[in-house]
Amino acid sequence: MSLTIALAGNPNSGKTTMFNKLTGANQRVGNWPGVTIDRKTGKIRGTDYELVDLPGIYSLSPYSPEEIVSRNFLINDKPDAVINIVDATNLERNLFLTLQIIDTGIPTVVALNMMDQVRKLGDQIDVEKLSRDLGCRVVPVSALNAEGIKELIAAVGEAAESKKAPEPMYFDGDVEAAISQAREALHGKVPDDLLRFYAVKLVENDNAVVEQFPEARDRIAGVLKELEEKKDDDCDSIIADGRYTRITEIAQSAVKKAPRDERGTFSDRVDRIVTHRIWGIPIFIGVIAVVFLGIIGFAWGDFEVVGIGTYCTDWVNDVFFGEWIIPAVTEWCESDGVYSALDALLCSGIVGGVGAVIGFLPQMLLMFLALCILEDIGYMARIAFVMDRVFRHFGLSGKTLIPLLVGTGCGVPGVMASRTIESERDRRITAMTTTFIPCGAKLPVIAMITSAVFPGNGLIAVFCYVMGIFLVLVSGIILKKLKSLSGTPSPFIMELPPYHVPSATNIIKGTLDRGWAFCKKAGTIILLSCIILWFLASYTPGLEYIGDNATSADSILAAFGEAVCVIFAPLGWGDNWELTVGTITGLIAKENVVGTFGTLFGIEAGENGEGLEIVLGAMLTKSAGLAFLAFNLICAPCFAAIGAMHRELGRWRDTLMAVGYQCLLAYAVALIIYGFTSYIGGWNSLVVDGSVVEQAAPIGSTIAAVVVLAVIVYLLWAKDPFRQLSGKDEYDAEEEMRA
Amino acid sequence: MKTLKDAEIGSTVKVVKLHGEGALRKHLMDMGITKGCEIYIRKVAPLGDPIEITVRGYELSLRKGDAENIEVA
Repeated sequence: MSLTIALAGNPNSGKTTMFNKLTGANQRVGNWPGVTIDRKTGKIRGTDYELVDLPGIYSLSPYSPEEIVSRNFLINDKPDAVINIVDATNLERNLFLTLQIIDTGIPTVVALNMMDQVRKLGDQIDVEKLSRDLGCRVVPVSALNAEGIKELIAAVGEAAESKKAPEPMYFDGDVEAAISQAREALHGKVPDDLLRFYAVKLVENDNAVVEQFPEARDRIAGVLKELEEKKDDDCDSIIADGRYTRITEIAQSAVKKAPRDERGTFSDRVDRIVTHRIWGIPIFIGVIAVVFLGIIGFAWGDFEVVGIGTYCTDWVNDVFFGEWIIPAVTEWCESDGVYSALDALLCSGIVGGVGAVIGFLPQMLLMFLALCILEDIGYMARIAFVMDRVFRHFGLSGKTLIPLLVGTGCGVPGVMASRTIESERDRRITAMTTTFIPCGAKLPVIAMITSAVFPGNGLIAVFCYVMGIFLVLVSGIILKKLKSLSGTPSPFIMELPPYHVPSATNIIKGTLDRGWAFCKKAGTIILLSCIILWFLASYTPGLEYIGDNATSADSILAAFGEAVCVIFAPLGWGDNWELTVGTITGLIAKENVVGTFGTLFGIEAGENGEGLEIVLGAMLTKSAGLAFLAFNLICAPCFAAIGAMHRELGRWRDTLMAVGYQCLLAYAVALIIYGFTSYIGGWNSLVVDGSVVEQAAPIGSTIAAVVVLAVIVYLLWAKDPFRQLSGKDEYDAEEEMRA
Repeated sequence: MKTLKDAEIGSTVKVVKLHGEGALRKHLMDMGITKGCEIYIRKVAPLGDPIEITVRGYELSLRKGDAENIEVA
């Protein structure tokens, strides 16, 4: 029978690198049940051992989803052995997890990682001594340099075959007395080999264990009370202190530290500049500017920089698909006389639709690459540190900023970047709101509306970005009042890992994994959506084929647009069903809004809607134009981004809720814009055939807008019904009661 | 009661007691902030919050609001 080995360790301990080194290319990625945390497995090279990568954790407490899945895996699935990867340069904190793993009684091998760094610092670690004190095998390794991997694999094999449980760590007499009471109380209720683990957790007041065995907890309540009185401390604190006291002893006797450079390590010196009180923020802006100029590019007046990503994307769209793929497919279809509707489905429905999305791939890959590098160097944690203050007020953390920044390029990597946020609640809220920030594909829509109703006004684009950020922050406050997103805000306690040279393998692998995830989506959900939309645009309600993506007045899509355009009348869209249809086709990619208008109005429109000004100016007042723009920017993003959201949210129910929220908010914002701004002089008139036609004041919309605004204000200021008191508030409340 | 929030930048303090409850308290302990351990306050972020400390030989950042739960001397 093949053996199952778990890989456990702290975040930043080099676990990913170690996993890659141990398994090579032989990996599979899935999900842990019930949570959206990657579950990576693979065969250890040269063996038939199955290696399961547990999420990076600091402890086996039951608070974060990462800790819960790791803990459940260790106690329920019982791997044959655990490789506990430990950062040798940060031994004390890393061993805290080691002692808890040892308590589970599973054969454990400690992989003492980053030995190259230890040598560089001039420190010496007595591995033999460490091994004796911990009661399990310790193998010095360097995952980055592939040092000691063979020895590690051999040691794990031996440990797993021997089935010998490591020697647990013992606390002082009083604590051990309480633990043996707990063992008695739990006897027969848990497997014998896990008795010690559960007993220690029961004494520690571990939520999950106390809930699971309330009567056992009641039985030893007296003993614990005595212990707390004797030590003048709480039980959880007594156990943690006990562990750390022992760890300090172990570390001090095994490690001989060389004197440190007075100026601090290289990392210290870098950090002094990068998170400097004054220079911290300018440096952050500089780094982001470089990434963006390089990938997306920048244009202001005559000054124009074409980013590498934009260049590649244009090439894929114009040359790869435009000149090679589409003509080749068309030719192939025509040559063997395939039915013309099938031709069109292939050429414009599938190749055109999916191609529009794949075109963004180069830009996305470069964005992922930049992200992976910043993450691997250790700069991401510093961004969160520098910017946390801004986001904290809105119930989010500094880490929210990264997805938003990436989202200005493309919403898909933006949503995917939310994965770096540890707090599940913040991660979900961020995944739901990142697409409010105008992405690259939304720029043509902004340009089109600007030239139609506000010619030459650069402030409209600025308004779009400000509105996006504003709505993300507002949503942060509103969404956390929902039941499914409520809960104790997780504290922002974040390790700032030392800066280090990035590992090329990790970065390339990280980039390709994310790119591949996107491609898989393009092949499934995006493909399906494109086919459906193509069908709706090319057939009449009587299922008669009217030509390729005709979107003419006869198509199902047009009929649907006409039927539902009454919904958008309060936003000032009038009875112009074309606007509704454009909004729907924007679901494939937002720049499609422009192309659809071109088709519908029979105008050869430029990329940024040149030529559409006149017809749009006769349909939309300034206020209605702004409302149309706001709705299109905020409502459901393209299918690709919805797919990315689904990946982060995990369940279709939640994804639909997120899309619903976005559409509702978009409608509310558009209504408020139209209802209020129509009274500004000149904002409520159309330009028909060169003459200005004043429109009736939209009283109904204004009244509705007042109501909607009142509801939003109420939601912002309403007391959070699900808010649990954080530790400190509770403490304050207690103090107040006493006073 | 003096807490970590009040401690001066550049000073080293000793933890007396952890207040608060639940996830925050447990998380602080998991990260190595326990009774008697020494904390060096390295710096404060450009916008005045959070702070960066050195504890057990590594760098940790936490918000002042959470630091208030750590009684120090």
